[in-house]
Amino acid sequence: MRSRTIPMREVHVWELPVRLYHWINALCIAALCITGYLIGDPPALMKGTEAYHNYWFGTIRFVHFVSSFLFFFNFLFRIYWGFTGNEFSRWYNFIPLKRCQWKEIINVIKVDVLQITNKQIDSIGHNSLASFVYFITFLIFLLQCLTGFGMYTAMSSSFLPKLFAWVVPFLGGDMQVRQLHHILMWGFILFAMVHIYLVFYHDYIERRGVTSSMIGGWKFIEEDVIQRHENKTDDCPKGF
Amino acid sequence: MENKQPSFYDEVKGNGISRKDFLKFCTTMAAMLGLEASGVGQIVKALESKPRLPVIWFHFQECTCCSESFIRASHPIVANIVLDKISLDYQETLMAASGFQAEEAYKSVMAKYPGEYIVMVEGSIPTENEAYCCIGGRSALQILQEAAANAKAVVAWGNCASSGCVQAARPNPTGAKPVHKVISGKPVINVQGCPPIADVMAGVVVHLLTFDRIPQLDGLGRPKAFYSRRVHDTCYRRANFDAGLFVDSFDDEGAKRGYCLFKMGCKGPVTYNSCGIIKWNDGVSYPIQSGHPCIGCSEEGFWDNGPFYQHLPNVKGFGIETTADKIGVGLGVATAVGIAGHAILTNVRKHREIANTPEKGSETQTPKEL
Repeated sequence: MRSRTIPMREVHVWELPVRLYHWINALCIAALCITGYLIGDPPALMKGTEAYHNYWFGTIRFVHFVSSFLFFFNFLFRIYWGFTGNEFSRWYNFIPLKRCQWKEIINVIKVDVLQITNKQIDSIGHNSLASFVYFITFLIFLLQCLTGFGMYTAMSSSFLPKLFAWVVPFLGGDMQVRQLHHILMWGFILFAMVHIYLVFYHDYIERRGVTSSMIGGWKFIEEDVIQRHENKTDDCPKGF
Repeated sequence: MENKQPSFYDEVKGNGISRKDFLKFCTTMAAMLGLEASGVGQIVKALESKPRLPVIWFHFQECTCCSESFIRASHPIVANIVLDKISLDYQETLMAASGFQAEEAYKSVMAKYPGEYIVMVEGSIPTENEAYCCIGGRSALQILQEAAANAKAVVAWGNCASSGCVQAARPNPTGAKPVHKVISGKPVINVQGCPPIADVMAGVVVHLLTFDRIPQLDGLGRPKAFYSRRVHDTCYRRANFDAGLFVDSFDDEGAKRGYCLFKMGCKGPVTYNSCGIIKWNDGVSYPIQSGHPCIGCSEEGFWDNGPFYQHLPNVKGFGIETTADKIGVGLGVATAVGIAGHAILTNVRKHREIANTPEKGSETQTPKEL
């Protein structure tokens, strides 16, 4: 039996609202990508029937629209939580304004992406590269909401979509908005592929229980990492 | 005004149009403009009492299909007046005058009715080299800017004048620009379409005359009364879209049953126009009713929005026949290959790490040392 003893501590990293946000977001994105792809390129499944017997494409679009509202408000909630949540969920983790964040980004590229050195990454929450990538996805979320609701204004007279009415003339027309919306969908798909793989990777290599941390909220962190974290004197973000 | 100009009604009476036909026309226009019942009276009064609008009608880089459309209005009273009598003012295609006389005609309109005349433009304006379109030795740009300076409003007929149309399609050799991009300080009404629907053109003229102000416009400068709804939302085939019944190729079973043309590249879902309601040629039909997908001619840059028979446009800079989906799948495969490579590397590393862990390890280690 191969075994070893490593002093570790359990850290409550992801609070319940963050976890809920994550899973609602994941479900919404899955639903939106599947229905969105079908809306962009619907299969001609049925022949020899009349329109009044069927409504499946209308249902697909309905699911897309409901998911998009859920996605939007969930996203707004996450932005709010970035200002009130714990140190690991705060906004300053996501925008690399400090030198130490950039230093860690380079480290993560060396250690986890290229695997050329074996140095330990000290972050307890997201590492700096992950945070930065999430920040880019937030920008994509924003663009996707703008373009999506921009197209939705044409068929809605309610308050919220009307706020996005300026998007269509700004981009020159519905065609351009739809094209951008469609291209950005691929951003979500590519992100999801890499994201899921990296969760496996980190759990495999670091064994901090990152997969289950998004269910239970707790992570196993090595004692020495916590020591360094608590004695930190430089001006790095706290959740770092 | 020096002498009393005849009103629209005076003009049509002379043309043998009965009072009844005149009232029918006014009612139709009120309905098209989306006015309430009292609007009919306002239109009747305006057409009876107000003098005909002084109009200068320019043809720049265009094909005259807007004029052609206009004279085919189902209620041709306005077109008759504007086009028949316009030779009094200035309209390059129709006026009898030529040379100095023609120049004189348009200069006299500008001198006689400053701030009152309407400039109507068909066609785009070249800016790469202004010489691509010259009339009477002056460039389209010079002529338009001079005429617009004292105009009450500018009406941009069709896609050319509203967004450049085919002349402005890539690579746009003449640097063609729409009216609203070359003049400033004047209201511009973009009456979109290639060509616009005749009754829409008439409606805009009636609105200008009746209410003395430009109609309410959308974000792209188009009159909301005619361009606030998508062709898709007013399409009689819409039920087939919601039911998921699509034409897969021309002449297939679905095409015969009148299914939705979305997969045939129909741009109805991204096009704002009244084709589905007013239709063409006295309400006879419109492209989708005739079995052809909408090409989106009332939208900006519709020539560059990918092939007409493909609903997703090609991505610029990636060669022909490359849609966002093809690029997306390519990137997806590349990502999967990257992940596989990374996973192999990770496993080599992991294997080494496990091998280095002692069989009976109990001493404290940090992963860094492994």
